[in-house]
Amino acid sequence: MNALSAQQPASVDTQTPVVMDCKLDKIFYGNFMAVRDSHVPIEKNKITGFIGPSGCGKSTVLRSLNRMNDLVPGFRFEGHVHFLGQDVYGKGVDPVVVRRYIGMVFQQPNPFSMSIYDNVAFGLRLNRYKGDIGDRVKHALQGAALWDEVKDKLKVSGLSLSGGQQQRLCIARAIATEPEVLLLDEPCSALDPIATRRVEELMVELKKDYTIALVTHNMQQAIRVADNTAFFSVDISQGTRTGYLVEMGPTAQIFDNPREQMTSDYISGKFS
Amino acid sequence: MTDLTAAKVALPSLQRTFEGRALRSLVLTTLVWLFAVLASVPLFSVLYMLITRGGARLNLEVFTELPPTGFETGGGFGNALAGTFVMVGIAAAIAVPVGIMAAIFLAELGPTSKLANAARFAAKMLTGLPSILAGVFAYALVVVTTGTYSAPAGGVALAVLMLPIVVLTAEESMRMVPKIMKDAAYGMGCTRSQVIWKIILPTGMPAILTGVMLAVARAAGETAPLLFTALFSNYWIYHQGELAAMNPTASLAVLIYNFSGMPFDNQLELAWAASLVLVMIVLVVNVVSRIFGKPKF
Repeated sequence: MNALSAQQPASVDTQTPVVMDCKLDKIFYGNFMAVRDSHVPIEKNKITGFIGPSGCGKSTVLRSLNRMNDLVPGFRFEGHVHFLGQDVYGKGVDPVVVRRYIGMVFQQPNPFSMSIYDNVAFGLRLNRYKGDIGDRVKHALQGAALWDEVKDKLKVSGLSLSGGQQQRLCIARAIATEPEVLLLDEPCSALDPIATRRVEELMVELKKDYTIALVTHNMQQAIRVADNTAFFSVDISQGTRTGYLVEMGPTAQIFDNPREQMTSDYISGKFS
Repeated sequence: MTDLTAAKVALPSLQRTFEGRALRSLVLTTLVWLFAVLASVPLFSVLYMLITRGGARLNLEVFTELPPTGFETGGGFGNALAGTFVMVGIAAAIAVPVGIMAAIFLAELGPTSKLANAARFAAKMLTGLPSILAGVFAYALVVVTTGTYSAPAGGVALAVLMLPIVVLTAEESMRMVPKIMKDAAYGMGCTRSQVIWKIILPTGMPAILTGVMLAVARAAGETAPLLFTALFSNYWIYHQGELAAMNPTASLAVLIYNFSGMPFDNQLELAWAASLVLVMIVLVVNVVSRIFGKPKF
């Protein structure tokens, strides 16, 4: 790949194909510039972790990748997000279609108020899936490591599950339609340590089939699961809080041998 | 462990006393109880009167017979019961679809638009509209144009009363659907209308139905708007083999109004019985709305 900018030369393994090449020049909410000058390549079948202090725009970046931010009034994007060669922000691109290929799991578990089965089948029915829906539901629940816990109560409300189970249900719902990329926005921040552990194991399992982008406020989580890590920080020099990419590279390099002083300050806990 | 007394700490008394704030609390609690009982006196005395006086006359005949005239004995209010059902049905058929669609606009499509603000303001004003004005409105709109008192005219008057209740409760119900649930639907690749039809409406449906039922219960008990629009009739809405849709139509509320002023015991008894039936209808509708109002999941 030659799409990598000078910001992160050679640090990212150049042998792995980049599924999403995200060049985020400027992201605005109204007049407020939330993110600037960040280039994040997301490699196939790897977990790309986004870390950084609060307000650094890591969630904004993630939600820009499948155009979820289009729902926010005043949102404006400059740059490009090349997804398998097509710009997600290109002319005539339908954000609704983009979101069917780039799935998302949110910070708060958010199952629909319908049965476990219907939750997972939702996306399949939405896409008018012609095959055996039951099969795919089972497969997705197995993929999300939830099948054994719910196989006898598929007709029960998704909202009756525990927080950790709900989050795995949301992951099952997202993978049922077999999207190319999964965007996970702090998926464990509402979960207890045991449920977090399970979701983390699941993420590592899922990267065999999917490409994952993970926003986390937990550096330990990035170390445990991310292959590549992007560190964002906040620039307050212009009087507003604008997030930007400080550096990106393989997780081991970012945490053991960061190139930027700011990265090393952040991971050693000098600011948060 | 040190002995507290030995340490010369003044031990406070922990005994219950009946002076100062304890006494004030007791007096206030008693007052609150008293007023709570007072508030329920009118309701229960009305219910008591209805059950003793109306219940005495309640039998199968009152549901099937036509209203008696003058010195006739017996009779019933079957046609009025049917008329009430027909007119409330017409009102619901108008107000529910229009109200829910309007609520979708208010809650989802243009919640902050000028049109939405105007519509919301109008709906709030309409909830306080004296019901007789709804009757005058329907009189001008339907009775004058069609040239006759009729069930559809009554239905339109009741729809005007139901509409704001349906709009406001449905909007509130849809707003209660958590934003994270809508996010999930958009994230799955739903279009805006799919989010509305597949997620927001089904999730908010129990609460919307509760609002609809409350509106139905209110409409069933209205008298004034029907005096201007449906008037009354001593015949069935379906009689002599045809539907008398464009004729004056009986309703329970107007029957109670008419009969309660008559000097005949038979009619007075029927008015009591009809009142009991009307209250039972409202009660049943409320109970049904509570059952539907429980979220399915």
